[in-house]
Amino acid sequence: MTLRYGARRIRCRGFWTTPTCLNASQTPKVTVPWQRCRSVASTPNAERVLFPGALNSKFTNTIEFLRPTTKDAIPTYRVMDQYGKVIDKEIGTETEDEEALSLYRNMVCLSMMDVLMFEAQRQGRLSFYMVSAGEEGIAIGSASALSPSDVIFCQYRETGVYMQRGFTLDQFMNQLFSNSKDLGLGRNMPVHYGSSDLNIHTISSTLATQIPHAAGAAYALKLQNMQQPDIPPRIAVCYFGEGAASEGDFHAALNIAATRQVPCIFICRNNGYAISTPTSDQYRGDGIASRGAGYGIDTLRVDGNDIFAVRRATKEARRLALENGGKPVLIEMMAYRVGHHSTSDDSFAYRQRVEVEDWKRRDNPITRLRKWLEGRRLWDEGKERELRSRLRKEILLAFDKAEKGKKPAIKHVFDGVWEELTEEQRWHVEELRDILERYPKEYDIDAHEEGLDSLRELEKGGRR
Amino acid sequence: MTPKTPSIRALSRYLLHPQSSLHSRCQYRAQSKQYSSAAPGARLNGTVDYDTTSLLHHTSRSTLSNPELPPDVRKGQTKRINFYTAVNEALRHALQTDERVLVFGEDIQFGGVFRCTMNLATDFGTERVFNTPLSEQGLVGFAIGAASEGMRPIAEVQFADYVFPAFDQLVNEAAKLRYRAGKTGVHCGGLVVRMPTGVVGHGALYHSQSPESLFTHIPGLRVIIPRSPVQAKGLLLSAISTNDPVIFMEPKVLYRAAVEQVPIDAYRLPLDKAEILKSGKDVTIISYGTPLYTCSAAIAAAEKDFGCSVELIDLRTIYPWDRETVLESVKKTGRAIVVHESMMNAGVGAEVAATIQERAFLRLEAPVKRVTGWATHTGLVFEKFIIPDVTRVYDAIKKTVNY
Ligand SMILES: Cc1ncc(C[n+]2csc(CCOP(=O)(O)OP(=O)(O)O)c2C)c(N)n1
Ligand SMILES: [Mg+2]
Repeated sequence: MTLRYGARRIRCRGFWTTPTCLNASQTPKVTVPWQRCRSVASTPNAERVLFPGALNSKFTNTIEFLRPTTKDAIPTYRVMDQYGKVIDKEIGTETEDEEALSLYRNMVCLSMMDVLMFEAQRQGRLSFYMVSAGEEGIAIGSASALSPSDVIFCQYRETGVYMQRGFTLDQFMNQLFSNSKDLGLGRNMPVHYGSSDLNIHTISSTLATQIPHAAGAAYALKLQNMQQPDIPPRIAVCYFGEGAASEGDFHAALNIAATRQVPCIFICRNNGYAISTPTSDQYRGDGIASRGAGYGIDTLRVDGNDIFAVRRATKEARRLALENGGKPVLIEMMAYRVGHHSTSDDSFAYRQRVEVEDWKRRDNPITRLRKWLEGRRLWDEGKERELRSRLRKEILLAFDKAEKGKKPAIKHVFDGVWEELTEEQRWHVEELRDILERYPKEYDIDAHEEGLDSLRELEKGGRR
Repeated sequence: MTPKTPSIRALSRYLLHPQSSLHSRCQYRAQSKQYSSAAPGARLNGTVDYDTTSLLHHTSRSTLSNPELPPDVRKGQTKRINFYTAVNEALRHALQTDERVLVFGEDIQFGGVFRCTMNLATDFGTERVFNTPLSEQGLVGFAIGAASEGMRPIAEVQFADYVFPAFDQLVNEAAKLRYRAGKTGVHCGGLVVRMPTGVVGHGALYHSQSPESLFTHIPGLRVIIPRSPVQAKGLLLSAISTNDPVIFMEPKVLYRAAVEQVPIDAYRLPLDKAEILKSGKDVTIISYGTPLYTCSAAIAAAEKDFGCSVELIDLRTIYPWDRETVLESVKKTGRAIVVHESMMNAGVGAEVAATIQERAFLRLEAPVKRVTGWATHTGLVFEKFIIPDVTRVYDAIKKTVNY
């Protein structure tokens, strides 16, 4: 994938032939205290262990197992309380009024698009959809605190990240309706967005696979940051759910990110559920945040309903991630999955309706920011009505346009698997074209851009 | 059946008052968009009809006439159920009759995303039927360990597309355990890894794959793909009782679609026999799982149009597979077509075709034809062009018979 900022190739020749390129002055040495001593030798009266695997451990003669359940849970960081009141007035929200308004508008737009598309799926107009209800603040807040050039990897419930970065309603709708303008060429399920302009990799349904990718991408960025000191440094950011964090890939990713000290923020959205599986069946530790320490990674737990806390945490994490050339940071954003897992799910088969209703009433990132805005007299019922009516028109316009669009060209069945069409594929193209020509009534070819011509073209191109 | 879609204006109204739904809630499953529905004027595509297909037993008599069923079962009663209920009944029977049986996987406890494990946790307790954390490698490895200590774990992987984190556990552990253990006698027989497989019309890249051929390349594993509720119940019970680890792949589009009369009693079906579903003289079609229905519809049209006679074989057990039944049939008909969803190169069809060519070469009147997925991934809007449909099988029959 060629990202806008990532397109710059590592200058391989210079890189490998000039030994000074990666010398000590350019590779800031990060030495954690316990790494300083590599010797295993220990004197009989030494106070500390000198085993290579745990260098700064003190000897003890009391047998005391670590018992995580006896420890206090990791605290949850917030900036404002659930009534929208800022707790530490001195620090404040670090957000200009205009920016807060724009974050609010985006959250409302996201939630309206969600309501509409969920309903549209119920009507059979698209095959699938996933809402972000309850997690709008996490996606939009964190994205707003990053640099547009940072490289992002998502799981699927981060539509707000795309929106905040500038993915347009038309682009969302083109993907959701798999029309010929979809950047994914109609190949992916709805909500699997991707955008090289916005430096967001295309989503894959396989859980957690993106987490080690983010570590590797961050390593690439780390080297590029060193090799191109005149360009503002970049980091990688990776989103995933608390369920996905059970996969081996999560553990592998955090560990390698730590050993290679990569500039990456791992953002876990802990929304209490993985489809039907409650966190009590998912893990027995203190959430996902407790795992950070195990990998030697700086970690923070944040109230995901508080968009100012999300922003501040992300900003600070970004600063940490770039410290001394780079290091990983883990943030656990707490939320509640208000909606069903997806349009294929009916969550009342495994949770009480009142549980959801209670959560909705208790707290929500949109209403919390609205309370704050109203407290500052930046918002009122009239403005709300006006905003919703404008957004409704915009969303429906994009919806209508995209739904009427043609499907992508049939050649995209085959291209893009390998860089170039293989001989075997050429046989397959020929066989398919032949079938489509001889049985025209069996297929709705005209629904696709360029009809059969695109296949013919592919066949000819292959023969060249 | 094209759903009637309310106007944009109605949607717009809905956006203002989402509380008032546009229609009754429970209809949505039936209405979900099928990208692969046939073109309006199609004569061949779209003719698979589960309500009338001869591959399903629509009457009790037809079900009980199956000679593979034990005599007492054939004297018993049947019940009309769908595929996922048949799986559920097999699991229920195994849990009831053998306390070594465990059922677990992601989201199992509330019934599973395809409802196969409904009510099992309630009825048998969460000691034996339970949710696992979201890790395929973890839950499959866990199952191997439990099997090696004498339990009979039935692990569910939520989609065959997500079995790959567990690939190492299956290929290097489950398959090799007995061989590696030598005289120590340890093995993981009793292990069954169930997974929904195949296309559904809108699964795209990661809810469509049929990775059976990746497992048929592994000595030590058994790979089974049932085609119907009757088959699912009997083959699953055999899989649970065999002392080899089994990959049990359930064509997910059949979970609700395939409904037939299934014996109420428990029974096992053979793990070493293919089944001839329809006999014929001119060409043999070898397939398994969902494409059998496609083949059946194509055969009906081809026999009518070309006056030929086609034999249809369900492989059922994909590895080890029943060569004898296939070879005997091809020696009789002189022609063979293999049909499967996954792509051609190194697929099951390659193995079947090579075996036919080795053992029945002189009887062949035409090259063995493979009708399979193309060398590509299953792009969402392109599934209908990639997966074998009635037209392609019909055309393959035509070409093979006229070769
Ligand atoms: C490897 C893999 N296994 C299983 C699935 C099926 N699946 C899709 S989403 C999901 C739950 C994910 O939960 P979580 O990570 O908490 O994210 P959330 O949906 O709560 O945002 C599961 C099990 C998958 N997509 N990939
Ligand atoms: Mg979750």
